[in-house]
Amino acid sequence: MPAIEVEGLKKNYGELQAVDGISFSVEKGEVFSLLGPNGAGKTTTIEILEGLRQKGGGTTTVLDMDPWSKGYDLHKRIGVIPQGFKFLDYPTPREAIVYYGVLFGKKVDPDELLRRVILEDAANIWFQHLSGGQKQKLGMALSLVNDPEVVFLDEPTTGLDPQARRAVWEVIRKLKTEGRTVMLTTHYLEEAEELADRVAIMDHGKIVAMGTTEEIESKYGSGQRMIVKSKGDLLKYLKENTKLEVEGEGGSVTIILRDKADAFVALGAIQESGVDWGDLTIRRDSLEDVFLKLVGEEGRSEKEGA
Amino acid sequence: MGFSGRRMLAELGVYARGNLRSKEGFFFTLVFPIILILLFGAIFSGGSSGPTTVYIQNLDNGPISSAFMGALNSTTAIKLVPVPTNQNFTQYLSSHSSTDGIVIPQGFSSTYIANQKVNVTAYGNPTSTSSAIVFGITSEIVNAFNLRGASGAHSVGVSMHTAVSSNYKYIDFLVPGLVGFSALTSPMFALVNISSTYRRDKVFKLLSLTPLTKTEWLTSKIIWYIGTTTISFILMSIVGIYAFGAHITFNLGIAMFLIVGPFFFVSLGMLVGTISNSPESAAVVGNLVTFPMMFLSGTFFPVAAMPMYLQGIAHVLPLFYMIDGLTNVMIYGNFGPAYFDVGLLLVISAVTFALAVRFFRWRED
Repeated sequence: MPAIEVEGLKKNYGELQAVDGISFSVEKGEVFSLLGPNGAGKTTTIEILEGLRQKGGGTTTVLDMDPWSKGYDLHKRIGVIPQGFKFLDYPTPREAIVYYGVLFGKKVDPDELLRRVILEDAANIWFQHLSGGQKQKLGMALSLVNDPEVVFLDEPTTGLDPQARRAVWEVIRKLKTEGRTVMLTTHYLEEAEELADRVAIMDHGKIVAMGTTEEIESKYGSGQRMIVKSKGDLLKYLKENTKLEVEGEGGSVTIILRDKADAFVALGAIQESGVDWGDLTIRRDSLEDVFLKLVGEEGRSEKEGA
Repeated sequence: MGFSGRRMLAELGVYARGNLRSKEGFFFTLVFPIILILLFGAIFSGGSSGPTTVYIQNLDNGPISSAFMGALNSTTAIKLVPVPTNQNFTQYLSSHSSTDGIVIPQGFSSTYIANQKVNVTAYGNPTSTSSAIVFGITSEIVNAFNLRGASGAHSVGVSMHTAVSSNYKYIDFLVPGLVGFSALTSPMFALVNISSTYRRDKVFKLLSLTPLTKTEWLTSKIIWYIGTTTISFILMSIVGIYAFGAHITFNLGIAMFLIVGPFFFVSLGMLVGTISNSPESAAVVGNLVTFPMMFLSGTFFPVAAMPMYLQGIAHVLPLFYMIDGLTNVMIYGNFGPAYFDVGLLLVISAVTFALAVRFFRWRED
């Protein structure tokens, strides 16, 4: 039985179709990431699954419960950090954890929990004086007070500096090693690549791609490419003298490598051209390339259809 | 989803700590009530202008009336100015722009010695605070004279020429008014503000993800404001008594209002904040509800002194019943009408509380 199941989920705000019939499931112990630009429908989706919003259509179950109608029971078994986590100004992290412990009726060791989220140093600082990263870590700590089976993290590192972001990632990795199911929304591709077992790319309320990052890259990516920086007209030489598929812009030439032989042909031709060339790299479409391609295509198709 | 005292107390603890740690919370809980009573007490008592001038006409000139005047003179609160016996007393007062005076009747001494009843006449304006001082002091001296009388009989009386009988000073009415003011403003402004900022910062969403219920949350706020209103009451009473000589009867009846007042205004604040769409409109609606109550419910002066049409409005304002009830129990010890006031407040508080819990949403949609 998956931890989260979503089938044909819809939600609209007046004319705006925020979520448009999406389906996916998340297995227990899996880290699943909803990736998409701002306004793609990620937060609406995750808030419906957390029981904070009512769905417009479709079915959703989290731990075999309907999140809206069984919210009170569900909330005892899930942990949530809403987007842009904010708390009351005056409790310290230690006090906040003790308070949550009483609310959930759980005996918690605040120091242990603070250690887990790497926040021991700020245990006695009022919330309003914590840095952005420390606030986010407190949000993580509070979401763990009830020892949740599923943890929902809505853009947990937005606005954080790289160091704080890495620290939050470390905590998320620990959640996975503890066997918890994690659902993460983000618009940082690197974050999804680093943390998620599977990714769903959302745009305009729809899922446009889903799978592991490798699956998405190989399915939607354009294979390997050789990129060469040159000072002369290398693009023209390659087009006129080889059958390679080339494209270029400014001093950068991109050669599509349809097979391994293309790489040798390309290198030979570059050498023969006599053109002065510099950096040479071989790379394949990253998740970012695929993301931009998919989100762009989706945007275009919508405009065409309109 | 039952009510949990532990959860409610945990929420109360967090809220209380927050209030005591914030400068604003500390100010409004402990400092503001003192400022309020000092300010309004000073304005309305006129205590700083030195002794009140009181005109006195002694038509008796016997030994007892001389002793009576001596006793009046011994108080530092009034300064006696004798009026010749051949003058019309009220005309004399009027020509000296005064309303405060005492007339000792002819035969005062002989009647007193004969143990027969005799009245001194005190003149005053019921809306003037200085008159309250004149009446108060005259009554005190008369009482002292009665106790010293040969037989202990109450032979000296005071005939007061006003519509309102009173040894009460203006400050006596001001203390219950300002306690009511405190019970209204602190919870109303706080809850209207909380309802909009918690929504903006998604704190309500966060709380909805815990087992804390809306009833527990709102109850904790009521308890906190019962506490702050009680502190306001104690501070205002202390300052009222020691700085302005207020007469306050302490009794359990007061506690009823210190409980039911915050119960109502916390619920009302939450309801107002909840039905408003934005923080801006919540503040506007909050002020629209709060300000008329603040000024028309007998906070700074008795409702009876207002024009009839305003008295009509006052009678539909819940704060009126709180101040009326507090005045009844604190000043008059008059419990019958106070029970009506507290009963009425309880009913509308329960309804408002139920509506607030029903309409205020943790989650959205």
